[in-house]
Amino acid sequence: MRKFLVSLLALCALTFTAQAQSGTVLLNAAGATFPAPIYLKWFDVYHTAHPNVQINYQAIGSGAGIRQVLAGTVDFGASDGPMTDEQLAQSKVKILHFPTVLGAVVPTYNIPGVTASLNFTQKALAGIYLGQITKWNDPEITKANPGVKLPGDDIVVVHRSDGSGTTYIFTDFLSKVSDEWKSKVGKATSVNWPVGLGGKGNEGVSGLVKQTPDAIGYIELIYALQNNITYGAVQNAAGKFLKADLNGVTAAAAGAVKDMPADFRVSITDAPGAAAYPISSFTWLLIPAQIQDAAKRDAIKAFLKWMMTDGQGYNEGLSYAKLPKPVVVKEMKQLALVQ
Amino acid sequence: MNRARIIWRKSLNIVMLSLTGVAAFGVVAVLFLILGYFIYNGGHSLNWAFFTQLPKPTGETGGGMANAIVGSLKLLFLSALFGLPVGLMAGIYLAEFGGKTFAYIIRYTVDLLNGVPSIVIGIFAYALAVQPVKHFSTVAGGFALGIMVIPITVRASEEFLRAIPNSLREGAMALGASKWKTIASVILPAASGGIITGMLLSLARVAGETAPLLFTALGNQYWSPGWSQPTSALPLMIYEYAISAYDDLHRQAWAAGLVLLGLVLLANLGCRLVMNRRGVRGV
Amino acid sequence: MATTATSMDRAVPPEAGPRSFVHRLRHGDEVAHVLTLMFAALILLVTSLLVFILWEKSHLSRAQFGWSFLWTSVWDPVFGHFGALPFIYGTLVTSVVSLAIAVPLGLAAAIFLAELAPRTLSDYIAFLIDLLAAVPSVIYGLFGIFIVVPLMRTTIGPALKHTLGFLPIFSGPNYGVGFLTAGIVLAIMIVPFIISVSREVLLTVPRDQREAAMGLGATRWEATWKVVVPWARTGVMGSIFLALARALGETMAVTMVIGNDPKIVASLFAPGYTIAAVIANEFTEATGDLYLSALIELGLVLFLMTFILNGLARLLILATERGGGRPS
Repeated sequence: MRKFLVSLLALCALTFTAQAQSGTVLLNAAGATFPAPIYLKWFDVYHTAHPNVQINYQAIGSGAGIRQVLAGTVDFGASDGPMTDEQLAQSKVKILHFPTVLGAVVPTYNIPGVTASLNFTQKALAGIYLGQITKWNDPEITKANPGVKLPGDDIVVVHRSDGSGTTYIFTDFLSKVSDEWKSKVGKATSVNWPVGLGGKGNEGVSGLVKQTPDAIGYIELIYALQNNITYGAVQNAAGKFLKADLNGVTAAAAGAVKDMPADFRVSITDAPGAAAYPISSFTWLLIPAQIQDAAKRDAIKAFLKWMMTDGQGYNEGLSYAKLPKPVVVKEMKQLALVQ
Repeated sequence: MNRARIIWRKSLNIVMLSLTGVAAFGVVAVLFLILGYFIYNGGHSLNWAFFTQLPKPTGETGGGMANAIVGSLKLLFLSALFGLPVGLMAGIYLAEFGGKTFAYIIRYTVDLLNGVPSIVIGIFAYALAVQPVKHFSTVAGGFALGIMVIPITVRASEEFLRAIPNSLREGAMALGASKWKTIASVILPAASGGIITGMLLSLARVAGETAPLLFTALGNQYWSPGWSQPTSALPLMIYEYAISAYDDLHRQAWAAGLVLLGLVLLANLGCRLVMNRRGVRGV
Repeated sequence: MATTATSMDRAVPPEAGPRSFVHRLRHGDEVAHVLTLMFAALILLVTSLLVFILWEKSHLSRAQFGWSFLWTSVWDPVFGHFGALPFIYGTLVTSVVSLAIAVPLGLAAAIFLAELAPRTLSDYIAFLIDLLAAVPSVIYGLFGIFIVVPLMRTTIGPALKHTLGFLPIFSGPNYGVGFLTAGIVLAIMIVPFIISVSREVLLTVPRDQREAAMGLGATRWEATWKVVVPWARTGVMGSIFLALARALGETMAVTMVIGNDPKIVASLFAPGYTIAAVIANEFTEATGDLYLSALIELGLVLFLMTFILNGLARLLILATERGGGRPS
């Protein structure tokens, strides 16, 4: 019996304590679910090309990404809501924002019998999420959708239960188009929602919307596409109803490029221009400016360089827009700041 | 007493007694229902890929949970390492050496620890094993689970040691053995069957725990080398996949659930059969 | 201690004086005693450390909000206003609902197993029910999301609305997730505890009680309900408290089916939030020390709730098993 236990222990020790091969760099990252599909794709492709670099990314929400970067428990983070000044002040090390892709937040819905793509006015979205518009056949919705038979059912509002950059983008948009929203709720990764069910991550929200009749939720474009959930068109600042696509997102970014702040923290929701999709956003990787471990630092810098060049080629396949060239140029300069 | 009243009481008797029977079988039926659903839904997702492949990026179909299975095994190993010796030794203390007051305090504390919600244990493990070293790790997860292993192990060890009749102890002492030698070479081996089943039960319990792992082991797409990196685990994957929107991930969640459920039920079945045969109950 | 000379004793000459502690330490027994005692004390240390950490890391929030934390119903991470009331409400409501379902069911099953079923059948069924207790929480969550939630939305909810929809607890829209669903899933999780402990406690009731009642002309049911169960009353209550303590601390199964909305609403169909669920969802993302401190304070509140309940439960169960349980 004793011999058996000893040999079992030895076997376990051998099998499980596989030392990382020398030269393997393990990076842990956490954060936004908004860009998770493209990030996970990138890390997978990069790992295949550079087997000694392994980047473990946990999509636990932008809020969690920011927190873990501040706490130093991950090597870098990801967020779709830029860090606030207070949050940046909390960090001992300077945190740099690196834009990675551009994405769109779309309103998805699941209304029995309605397969058409609905148009949502800015007032409609704000009203629904404020809990003031409660039925699908409310005039604010029906007037933008002549010819669509909307039921008189109650709207089931779905939002994020975890701290989310997608929430940041969406509430940022709502704050710009509705003064009431701005004063009552505000924009942040986690807000005090007037109404609605909470789903965890973009996956959770899309899951809830998919399974609940009469539901409406806000998610990143790719989740709607991958799950065949109908999503609607949103009215932009110029009054046109646009369904999210790469052109609309790129158009929204076009204006921002000229006035891009040095730290890249910019909002492009409700951008001017007839072709601009109103709920677009950059999303960022949060990289500490000082990284002690040389191997990790080099790996991160190499990955970022790859991301800004070859990596961008994968964006459109997953319905994210590429970074505008001027932005990439600026980012390469910021890369030198990582030491 | 008039006939109507008697008839009423007799009918009430039959109705209520039948209802209790319905309740009992109903509860058992729920168990079989759960098991059935898992076998049905998880069964055809259990293929070779599930056991050998790593998870695929969001939206791509296929992939498996090989790293989660290994991660769970590593976590179980660590929790056994941390918790079983402590539990066993404390059980020996309580059964063989304990005085009155201190032993009472220990038993009360063990009960207390048993009742702590696993999420609170997760907070504790985060504060002790993640924050100071600034990263999530398998060790932190093993630590959290190790704490949860202790109460059941203590109770099982103490009960089975107590169950050994004193005549064995006296006989050994009469032959000149000191107390510790008696325990080590006579009592422990005699109680070993029951103690080991108690240990297996406690491991089976923590194998399914998710909450403490949320802030200790965190999760990992890849293999987790060594012990100080975040790791995936079966319960974590089940949680993550279940709340997602992808049907493929749902199927994998059912499969993982089946594996976990099967392991836990088998362990419990085996342990309880052994314990019932020995006539000791109530762990 | 044995007075016969052992191989160890030979090292100490019999004419030596009273042995000091250190001297005795070389004696194997003392070492064993101290060693096992240290491990036992380690458990004490770990538990105290746990309470200390909960207390210490929540001090920011306790200092800021004081007792009002317990009755404030705002949970606003943006403006830094935190209150535990919606979560305490959610925790209590789901637990009460689960008890309302599990207690009658569990007690009835326990009565069947203790009083009516032949011993072997009773043992086998109790065995199977103990297996239910071993099923992990996340499995129940999975079962809840894919089976109970759609069932609630398509069948149970509309049925309840149709018949009892006038009651405030069954008003409002039915999403499938919510307090009631969480309560149902919790009920399935805690019923094994009620059955297991109640059955054992009922089995301790002396035979003569039943026989006396039946000798006086009571039917089987009357004897059981009016004599046997009251006799075991404290033990059964203990099992209920035990089940309640388990329900309060449940995390995974609840967070998957409750809807995650910190609101205090009368309707059982509405989504809610429990202490354990909010900690699980928001802990890794709480930016700002006050936010994290508030979450840990919630953990402290939960710990205290389960501590008190567990303590009461054990006392009650002990009282029945020991004293013959004649209720005062």
